[in-house]
Amino acid sequence: MFGKRFTFPGGIKPKSYKELTKNCPIESLPEPKSVLVFFHQVIPTGSSAVPIVKPGDKVKKGEKIGAGEGKISSPVHSPISGIVREIKEFPHPVLGRKSLGCLIENLGDGETALLPENLSPWEKIREAGIVGMGGAAFPTYLKLNPPKPVDTLIINGCECEPYLTGDFRVMVEYPEEVLLGAKVMAEILKAKKVIIAIEEDRKEAIESIGSKIKSQNSEIKFQLVISHAKYPLGGEKQLIKATLKREVPSGKIPYEVGVCVQNVQTTFAVYEAVFCNKPLYERVVTVSGDGINKPKNLRVKIGTEIKEIIDFCGGMKDGVEKIIFGGPLMGIAVPSPSTPTLKATTGILLFTRKKEEPARDCIRCGRCVSVCPMHLLPSILYQMIKNEEFAKAKEEGLLDCIECGCCAYTCPAKIGLVESFKMAKAYGK
Amino acid sequence: MENKITVSFSPHIRDRVNVEYLMFSVVVALIPALIGSVYFFGIRALIIIILSSLSSLLFEGLAQKAFGRKITIGDGSALITGLLLAFNLPPNVPYFIPIIGSAFAIIIVKQFFGGLGYNFINPALAARAFLVVSWPSFMTKGFLPPRFGSLSGIDGITQATPLTLLKDTRLMNPTAYPKLVSQFSSLPVLKNLFFGSVGGSLGETSAFLLLLGGVFLLINRVIDYRIPLSYLATVFFISLFHKIFFQNAVSPLFHLFSGGLILGAFFMATDYVTIPITPKGRVIFGIGCGILTMLIRLFGGYPEGVCYSILFMNVLTPFIERYTKPRIYGR
Ligand code: SF4
Ligand code: SF4
Repeated sequence: MFGKRFTFPGGIKPKSYKELTKNCPIESLPEPKSVLVFFHQVIPTGSSAVPIVKPGDKVKKGEKIGAGEGKISSPVHSPISGIVREIKEFPHPVLGRKSLGCLIENLGDGETALLPENLSPWEKIREAGIVGMGGAAFPTYLKLNPPKPVDTLIINGCECEPYLTGDFRVMVEYPEEVLLGAKVMAEILKAKKVIIAIEEDRKEAIESIGSKIKSQNSEIKFQLVISHAKYPLGGEKQLIKATLKREVPSGKIPYEVGVCVQNVQTTFAVYEAVFCNKPLYERVVTVSGDGINKPKNLRVKIGTEIKEIIDFCGGMKDGVEKIIFGGPLMGIAVPSPSTPTLKATTGILLFTRKKEEPARDCIRCGRCVSVCPMHLLPSILYQMIKNEEFAKAKEEGLLDCIECGCCAYTCPAKIGLVESFKMAKAYGK
Repeated sequence: MENKITVSFSPHIRDRVNVEYLMFSVVVALIPALIGSVYFFGIRALIIIILSSLSSLLFEGLAQKAFGRKITIGDGSALITGLLLAFNLPPNVPYFIPIIGSAFAIIIVKQFFGGLGYNFINPALAARAFLVVSWPSFMTKGFLPPRFGSLSGIDGITQATPLTLLKDTRLMNPTAYPKLVSQFSSLPVLKNLFFGSVGGSLGETSAFLLLLGGVFLLINRVIDYRIPLSYLATVFFISLFHKIFFQNAVSPLFHLFSGGLILGAFFMATDYVTIPITPKGRVIFGIGCGILTMLIRLFGGYPEGVCYSILFMNVLTPFIERYTKPRIYGR
């Protein structure tokens, strides 16, 4: 219907399981009794926000509780109105260490604080504490202040990880808002073109965005791009390659080729910040997996304990063994049901126990090579890391690995390829 | 909520394809040709296949025990070696041949180098080459004409394979050669060659039955299409040019369907362990096999070149791999 499909070399096509939640309209989770909001909501290498409230303070919903200070940081707001009970170090689900968090008890008086009116759109995005909501959590205002001119803004609606449908539902239910958010960002970037990329099997999203694009009349050219459904198309570098045939140089970021990529929910948050003066304190999360009774798409306040979310979804089934933040291919397994959600939590997946096969020696089948979207040789990298030849591994592209997991997914010998790459990267630092 | 929660690295899902799946797919793909060999050469073929397979499994287990490795005879790889070795033997070899061959393939070529994943040449082919050198008379003259379902086959009179006949005639009886060439390029002979009504090794006679298995492996993505395609295409084009530029050259189809080329291209030149891991490297590997096969067939001393071509390319694999690394995205 919309012409040619876009794609990139490599990648995998795992079963999507999206039908579990695809037709579940976004529901709002009732306000939680309390939230634990981490001040560190940006990428691991970024810096934590600095608390500007103290225990005993009353805060309104949307009130700033942490100031974004430091090079890569972003402010944090209270998702509920209530009283600050504790500010101390809690185990952070993504950082893998303790980090400063703010425990707020809900007083339920529902008063809301908005962003200051007199700010420019870019300042509103910064003040709203928006970060990349596809999982990367890079501060959006920084991404919108590129050191080089950008000609194309890509809205990443690919959501290529299995199970996740939050971005899909936002596109189906709020197409106009997404396009408005995209337009604001394109204006800030002075980009001439906006590409909205959606995978071919998301029919409803293609239709809803497609019909709204036609009625756009602006200087900026909007284009709907339909891609093959393949993982990891949602990876920035793969998306840029597929849609524009441009390759981001090794070790560089998309500005280098004049592109900025933004996630759908980030775009929606930009709309809310700029047009409604609403800070980022809630987001849509897909709750799914074979361990949950009623899979759903939920609008959840940042900092809600996953226990509450699970209860709202009919509770978990017997034998749940893993709880994952994000998708099954790149998501992070969290240690406990009392873990709070973050701004970048795209999904909460519950998996029951499956027999895991032990790893064995590489049989050199080359399957990992043929699926690696970065054109690395995972089996050979793995061998080098095993021999502790880190310098050689770097030479062979260790740092180019995007940790997409395609190689480990496909390896018949069940070798922990990505695991070893992650550890080698951390070790090599 | 009292569940025990596991924290582990991503990815949290894995493809269902494992080593057994791949190996047993190959075993399944060999079944048509296996049935064919029993149909063509009788119960003797079955005995050779069983001897070769069982002794491969046995030697694998024994060697793994001796080296203190995990016993993995269930993974299917030793079974494949046993089957492929049998497929490479003439039907009339004495029964100790498959056993000695298996011992050589599994103990020397595979387990001495570390087992599955570490051997650098194809065990079945190495064993065949070893047997040809050690017992040349059994290995080059043990060919029987197909008997089509008659169970005996034991008292058969040995017969040359089409490739042997072609080579011998060219060298020894040049006057009869042109006639043989035109006969071998005729449709009925090509048909016999394709379906397996001519003498040959146990598993190589019927190109058709091997192709059935090969296509099954391609569809299931068990093997990479690059190698059979580049191998067969190279043989086809070289024999086509040969036919165009020389009188007295057999049809390219004769080269494609004779002498275990199909067996080699689909089942032995695709042996993961001994071929390049890079996509480009695999194409080069296939082309190399094709060129060598044709050089040996047209100019060499042996009538048949598949086995030695693949073995030679196996040795080159590390070099090919080194020079065919894909360009990393963004570099
Ligand atoms: S090596 Fe890295 S980039 Fe390549 S498939 Fe594996 S995880 Fe993905
Ligand atoms: S997929 Fe696994 S077994 Fe195959 S080559 Fe890669 S690491 Fe080795």
